[in-house]
Amino acid sequence: MNKIFLIIQREFLNRVQKKSFLIATILLPLIFPAIIAIMVYVAKEQEKGTKTEVIHFVDESGLFNPNDIKRYELKQFNGNIEDAKIAFSNSDDFGLLHIPKINLSHPTGIALYTKVNPSPSDISDLESKIESQIKEAKMIKFNIDKRILDSLKTDISIRSISLSKSGQEKSSDSKVLFGIGMMGGILIYIFIFIYGAQIMQGVIEEKTSKVVEVIVSSVRPFQLMLGKILGLASVGLLQFLIWIVLITTVSSLALGYLGFDMPQQEMMNQVANQSAYNSEFMDMMQTVNEIPMLYIVSCFLFYFLGGYLLYGALFAAVGSAVDSPAEAQQFIFPITIPMLISYFALFTFILDNPHSTISIWLSIIPFTSPIAMIGRIGFGVPTLQLVASMVCLIGGFIFTTWVAARIYRIGILMHGSKVSYKVLVKWFMMKS
Amino acid sequence: MNQLVVENVTKRYANHVALNNVSLAVPSQSIYGLLGPNGAGKTTLIRIINQIIDADEGTILINGEKLLPHHIAAIGYLPEERGLYKKLKVGEQLIYFARLRGLSRSDALIKIKYWIEKFEIKDWWNKKIEDLSKGMAQKVQFISTVLHEPKLIILDEPFSGFDPVNTNLIRDEILELREKGSTIIFSTHRMETVEELCDHIALINKSKKILEGAKKDVKAKYRTNTYIVEHRGNFSLEGEKYEHRGNRSLDDGYQETLIRIKSDRNANQLIHDLVDATEIHGFKEQIPSMNEIFIQLVNGGSDE
Repeated sequence: MNKIFLIIQREFLNRVQKKSFLIATILLPLIFPAIIAIMVYVAKEQEKGTKTEVIHFVDESGLFNPNDIKRYELKQFNGNIEDAKIAFSNSDDFGLLHIPKINLSHPTGIALYTKVNPSPSDISDLESKIESQIKEAKMIKFNIDKRILDSLKTDISIRSISLSKSGQEKSSDSKVLFGIGMMGGILIYIFIFIYGAQIMQGVIEEKTSKVVEVIVSSVRPFQLMLGKILGLASVGLLQFLIWIVLITTVSSLALGYLGFDMPQQEMMNQVANQSAYNSEFMDMMQTVNEIPMLYIVSCFLFYFLGGYLLYGALFAAVGSAVDSPAEAQQFIFPITIPMLISYFALFTFILDNPHSTISIWLSIIPFTSPIAMIGRIGFGVPTLQLVASMVCLIGGFIFTTWVAARIYRIGILMHGSKVSYKVLVKWFMMKS
Repeated sequence: MNQLVVENVTKRYANHVALNNVSLAVPSQSIYGLLGPNGAGKTTLIRIINQIIDADEGTILINGEKLLPHHIAAIGYLPEERGLYKKLKVGEQLIYFARLRGLSRSDALIKIKYWIEKFEIKDWWNKKIEDLSKGMAQKVQFISTVLHEPKLIILDEPFSGFDPVNTNLIRDEILELREKGSTIIFSTHRMETVEELCDHIALINKSKKILEGAKKDVKAKYRTNTYIVEHRGNFSLEGEKYEHRGNRSLDDGYQETLIRIKSDRNANQLIHDLVDATEIHGFKEQIPSMNEIFIQLVNGGSDE
């Protein structure tokens, strides 16, 4: 056992003492907010800098009110549409809008001519504006007073509150939960790939340099493999903890800079006194406050480690079977498939529909559960499902470690032979 | 007393037998050459002795005791080329391997200090292996092999990549280690190393041991009763008693002739016959080199 600790310690120091570790650990939490800030800044600058596009229009219906549209500069063309087309194609302008004589109850034939394809948002913007103008024209036709209609318009937003059996109310804002699930899922995905690749590379290096022969004369191959996996896991944990500390510090500093440095309760009161927009913001803040952070972080750590151990062992087995990273590709591919499935499932339906049958199954099957369960965790997962998923994950990594160890013990001593799946099965079956 | 005894060891893989009932006896304080062509089973045998893999049948005795995991502290193994972490610094590397062999950190430091002073490589402590030349890395590797003062040292092609100066340095160290009581096993293709250093040899071919013994005995066994005669003037002893096996001219009108004794006559009688036939300037027995014995046995199959 002593020697496993020696190996864990060695692997840990190897990685932590590297400059790349320091850079990744310190810069990553700063890079993401920086990228977002830059993007926001660039978008704002662009908005400022661009001149308003010009759209010509030919209105044969007499319904169109160009002053309603702020996004474009609209110039009326007096004449028929064919002349307008010629005039438009000789100009540098963005588009030509043609509104023919239309039947109010069945308006068709409205067209936008452009030189470059317009974006969907351009089209839908114009559509909604023209729609409302036609609507107004209809109201006049039906003798409806617009003021009455306006007074009927109501704006509500539903505040969702989850009620627990014990009668406790918790406000839940699905946007916040969505964000938590997404960030957690992405982090686990990236972590498993980066650290898995490091395990594999480490194993290949030991194998090709024959270091492994010196080491396995002192320790069992299983101990070496486990030491390596656990050593890297401790590096990952350390990195994660540093990130949490850094992100908390940086965000509280940033909030302080932006003037949010007052106690939260006071801030809430102040926000509450402000406009309606802020009541939504306040709901969000309340959700954030009510999220059981400790519960989510500990679940995250569990799936973070469990997923890593499950896949780490497989990456080690692949590394032991090949002589160079290039050869590893064919074996890496099947390993990554369940990861990719859960990653895409996360974005396509788990976050949107966390309690659907397929989401539940994906969060219980050990190969997909690390990402799928983290996607669901914020929305509230029944204890039975959580326990089943955790037990499956523990069982899963014990299983993959056992399979991987049987391949590893033979693989690390084999050189130069072409390895196929058939060979891997043979190694697996070989008795020690 | 034998430092290492291998008894009837067999190792089978799915499609072939890597070692077939191999037995060896490596005397204490000897330098033992383990020879054989590629794929003969040398690596498998070394791995079994190092407990990297287990034999299917047979036993291994270290100093009379059955081989057990704790014996790794008594064995030093230098694999062919490298066997070091490229990115790790020399000092950390030596400490790590010493501790894997069971030394405490403080003991390891004392012993490393002795060796790096001896090899004059103190400045390398904080250098990474990848920044060292191949010869330099092998010095580090050698230190890591012998650091824990193993009784049995197994060296796989130890001299490949060494310049003559370092070869001499390592050779002297090997001889000194033997003086201090260690036993050394060489696995090598380099017959000059075997000629120069080994006092015992074993030859493995096609997973079987086909030859073992003290080097001088092996050589004696493969003598062909052929003598090299240096002389002036032509002569011939061809006939029932002798056979000429070659002749070449040397400088100043001298010639060299190879004569094999066919009958039961001895060297003295050959000299007697030569004196009558020609003017002798030199006479010695042609002793087969290890290289010749190796090639003869491997190509011609064994004589057993």
